[in-house]
Amino acid sequence: MRKTGGLQLSRERLNRRVRELKPSGIRRFFELIIGRDDVISLGVGEPDFPVPWRIREEMIYSLEKGITSYTSNYGLLELREAIADYYRRFGAEFSEENVLITTGVSEGIDLALRAVVNPGETVIVPEPVYVSYSPLAYLTGAEVVNVSTCPGFKVTYEDLVKYKDRNVKVLMLNYPNNPTGVSYTKKELEELADAVLELDCLVISDEIYAELSYSFKHVSIASLNGMEDRTIILNGFSKGFAMTGMRVGYAIAPYDILEGMVKIHQYSMLCAPVTAQVGALEALRNGEDELEMMRAEYIRRRNFFIKRLREMFDVVMPDGAFYAFPDVSSTGLSGMEFAERLLMEKNVAVVPGDAFGECGANHVRCAYAVSMEKLRLAVDRMKEFVESL
Amino acid sequence: MSREIEILKILENNSRISSNEIAEMLNMDVREVEEIIKKYEDDGVILKYKTLINWEKAGVEEVYAIIDVRVNLSREKGYDDIAKRIAKFPEVHAVRLVSGEYDFQVVVKGKSLKDISFFIAEKISTIPEVRDTNTHFLLRTYKEEGALLFEDEEDRRLAIVP
Repeated sequence: MRKTGGLQLSRERLNRRVRELKPSGIRRFFELIIGRDDVISLGVGEPDFPVPWRIREEMIYSLEKGITSYTSNYGLLELREAIADYYRRFGAEFSEENVLITTGVSEGIDLALRAVVNPGETVIVPEPVYVSYSPLAYLTGAEVVNVSTCPGFKVTYEDLVKYKDRNVKVLMLNYPNNPTGVSYTKKELEELADAVLELDCLVISDEIYAELSYSFKHVSIASLNGMEDRTIILNGFSKGFAMTGMRVGYAIAPYDILEGMVKIHQYSMLCAPVTAQVGALEALRNGEDELEMMRAEYIRRRNFFIKRLREMFDVVMPDGAFYAFPDVSSTGLSGMEFAERLLMEKNVAVVPGDAFGECGANHVRCAYAVSMEKLRLAVDRMKEFVESL
Repeated sequence: MSREIEILKILENNSRISSNEIAEMLNMDVREVEEIIKKYEDDGVILKYKTLINWEKAGVEEVYAIIDVRVNLSREKGYDDIAKRIAKFPEVHAVRLVSGEYDFQVVVKGKSLKDISFFIAEKISTIPEVRDTNTHFLLRTYKEEGALLFEDEEDRRLAIVP
């Protein structure tokens, strides 16, 4: 990098909160992995299936037809209608006026938090959880409270109502969960909804893995009585339809909150890429068979993988997504030590659990979004490694 | 999807997979899996365990031809009779009754173009009920039994994604 020799700014260049943000816990791990050949990676949180061909074909065709312009800030109307219709399967009744197309769920998280949180208000983030919630909440000026859900990984009514006096504005939920794979039944969600009413707060419900729910049918918390006016649902096409690189997601929210989100969206992202939106529409219209095929394959891999992992570790059965989060403390190693040594000695990459919150420190995240052949080989190598300790 | 159908789908995709592994994938007892497979074998649902080979890649030359066959039916000889007669030749890979201009689609495998030409001229065309044939030699196969026979996209995912 070229070092500039200009006049120094007399005060800090970076925003205070940006300065104080901790870098991702797995940065060092990234460096270890670079340059190593033949690594079997269980570290990839993305489907190993390519975007289904019929979706790609539709995107190619749209480019040939010259569909390359901006869309409305809200996104393509047909897509918003299709999403409102599609979400009824998860129990939520909304119209297209409640739907905003975002550039992946990542943008949706940022928009939702910025639209509703004032500096000083509290955002509750149950851990272990996807890495971006706490930093994005922190950047809004919020007080972030991380609530440990170890060892069962499910946040409860009792865990939440403790914070009744903390000016809680938002509860962040993610189910099925990355990195643990656990999800909530309707009854469990009803208890959480009671806690939300007691805290008098909103819920940002990241349901990106809703399609990949195996143990029971996914229910959106927004569908529970009274919650439709307190919930911002986030979902997208990256996981269920294997469209990670397309960056297309959506938010479903009460109209006033959605309007707030659109204000930020129109000044920053403007609209999601039109080609990706066209692909997303095709996914909803004709992608059901492919989705079902991928889902069935993930279930088979989960069953196989968890059975093998349980010969070595304590593992909570994942209800959905494509992650297992074994507790490796029986080996005498921390999650980080385990991940590092497994990589160096057996060429298998897993993600140290503390990347997803402190309470995950004794765990590692293994993504079973790899072929059965690779999964078998990876778990055999893990076993050899554990036996060598 | 029932467990029985799931077993068939797994086997269709990988006939070498062990019953043990199927049992693990479907959360079933190994013996139960074996019993289901045995029953399907006995009932003729599982016809045979086959390996799909890209012979061109293996350097072995094989020639295939698709022959459209039009036939004359009579009181004595219906489609089934003629099809069964054609199907019995070892050179014949597949026989299908199809709609359209022709009645049968016959796939023939041989060592050379000459081989196949002789076979059609001497064995198929001379069947009294065969009215005419139209032969397409197969130049290259891109997809067979649902499997792509060309290099598809590589896995471009990063090794670690949070």
